[in-house]
Amino acid sequence: MEDKEIFDKIVGIIGPFAKNKENVANVSDGSNILKDFEVNSSRLVDIILALEDEFDIEISDEEAEKIETIGDAVNLIKEKV
Amino acid sequence: MRRVVVTGLGVIAPNGHGLEEFENALRKSVSGIRFIDKLAELKFGCQVGGIPESVENKLPNYFTEEELLAMNEGMIYTGIAGIDAWKDAGLNVPEKNGDVVNWDAGCAVGVGLGGMDTISEKLIPKIAAGKVRRMGSTMVEQCMTSAITAKLSGLLALGNQVTTNSSACNTGTEAIVDSYNRIKFGLADKMLAGGAEGSSPYTWGGFDGMKVLCSDFNDTPQEASRPMSESAGGFIPGSGCGILLLESLESAEKRGARIYAEIIGSSLNCGGHRMGGSMTAPNPTSVQNCIKNAMNEAGITGDQVDAINGHLTATMADPIEVDNWSKGLNRSADNFPYINSTKSLIGHCLGAAGSIESVASVLQLHKGFVHKSLNCEDLHEKIQPYAKSVVQETKDVDIKILAKASFGFGDVNGCIIYKKWD
Repeated sequence: MEDKEIFDKIVGIIGPFAKNKENVANVSDGSNILKDFEVNSSRLVDIILALEDEFDIEISDEEAEKIETIGDAVNLIKEKV
Repeated sequence: MRRVVVTGLGVIAPNGHGLEEFENALRKSVSGIRFIDKLAELKFGCQVGGIPESVENKLPNYFTEEELLAMNEGMIYTGIAGIDAWKDAGLNVPEKNGDVVNWDAGCAVGVGLGGMDTISEKLIPKIAAGKVRRMGSTMVEQCMTSAITAKLSGLLALGNQVTTNSSACNTGTEAIVDSYNRIKFGLADKMLAGGAEGSSPYTWGGFDGMKVLCSDFNDTPQEASRPMSESAGGFIPGSGCGILLLESLESAEKRGARIYAEIIGSSLNCGGHRMGGSMTAPNPTSVQNCIKNAMNEAGITGDQVDAINGHLTATMADPIEVDNWSKGLNRSADNFPYINSTKSLIGHCLGAAGSIESVASVLQLHKGFVHKSLNCEDLHEKIQPYAKSVVQETKDVDIKILAKASFGFGDVNGCIIYKKWD
């Protein structure tokens, strides 16, 4: 799967959870999911579940804790698909 | 003690959303009872009910996409009616990311069986399948009984007491009484008060199992809810939310708010499951005491009551209720006030019933009319002596004082005396 495709799918999944839609529209690899998108931290659980379903992978709690930016998520998923 | 007035109203009911639509439905006897495919599929005896229509289309006007990820039916109804009541009172909806907290305003909005859609469709199936880890983060905030007010407080930055009460079918009325008292005693200036109920078959199923729902009018839904009728065969379940913005008179006058009505007295009690009362039947003495206590607080006598908006569900309890009103108000059949049942139009909205019916009550006082009580052309024989008081056709009439009561499982009662604001 191309990086761009993974990136777009991740942004598509996180988008609805974001309070700051403007920053989602201007997303980059460095976008911080909690700070830039203003995602409620409790919703990270839902985002991880949605990523697991979308890419048919499993993400451990330890791996999930290391995801801060969109780029972190892309890199983790690239390793697993 | 401070005086307490109604300065805002919000309603989402099976027969209308918003004051204009709801008032029109009351005046024109528009029934919100429809055939529900899901109930037929699940082999309910009663296959009709009251559910607010076209809610999906209204959501973007009230909530963000992110908020809706963790909102079930009851939370949505509460949010819509709460925001409507707030705006109707002339108050501004605060910025979502601002620092303004309305310390003087709180909410008490109750529910009969909260979060049942989420519990039945998500929580139980996931846990039963051993998939707790895949349940996500939004279960608690949707299933906790206080879900509806927890969300409403965030939508409107409420900083005073925020709570969800529950007393079965008395819930909405109880919330209004508790909020009235909180303002009366100076603990808050404004309270959003009411009740909400969703329409999950899992909420309604227990009542169908008890055979207290009407199953004789599945083919003619609009005739199914028949309070005070000889052919009443049980209640019709409904859903929605009604919210009153109660405010101290001092606060309302200070900001020049429009005032609909004043609450001049109220009462809550329980029959203790004695003297004819039980889990499911009211103790007549306690009902009559509840009505009398509300009048005592209001400083009025029964002959000053112009209209009654009854609990009147369309069960065998209707004639008993009318008799209790007669004794509680000390008004005989030939000298009885107007009486109607809003449930004839919307069904029994359970935890939301008292509050949606209170919105109907306040609208009738404010606009000067009493709405037709539908489907009671064939009055129950024990109610026939009161026939001239039962509102058989909507009429314009300048009522000044209206008594609203609700009675619930557990033998609990609530009564509110509303007075028109002139």
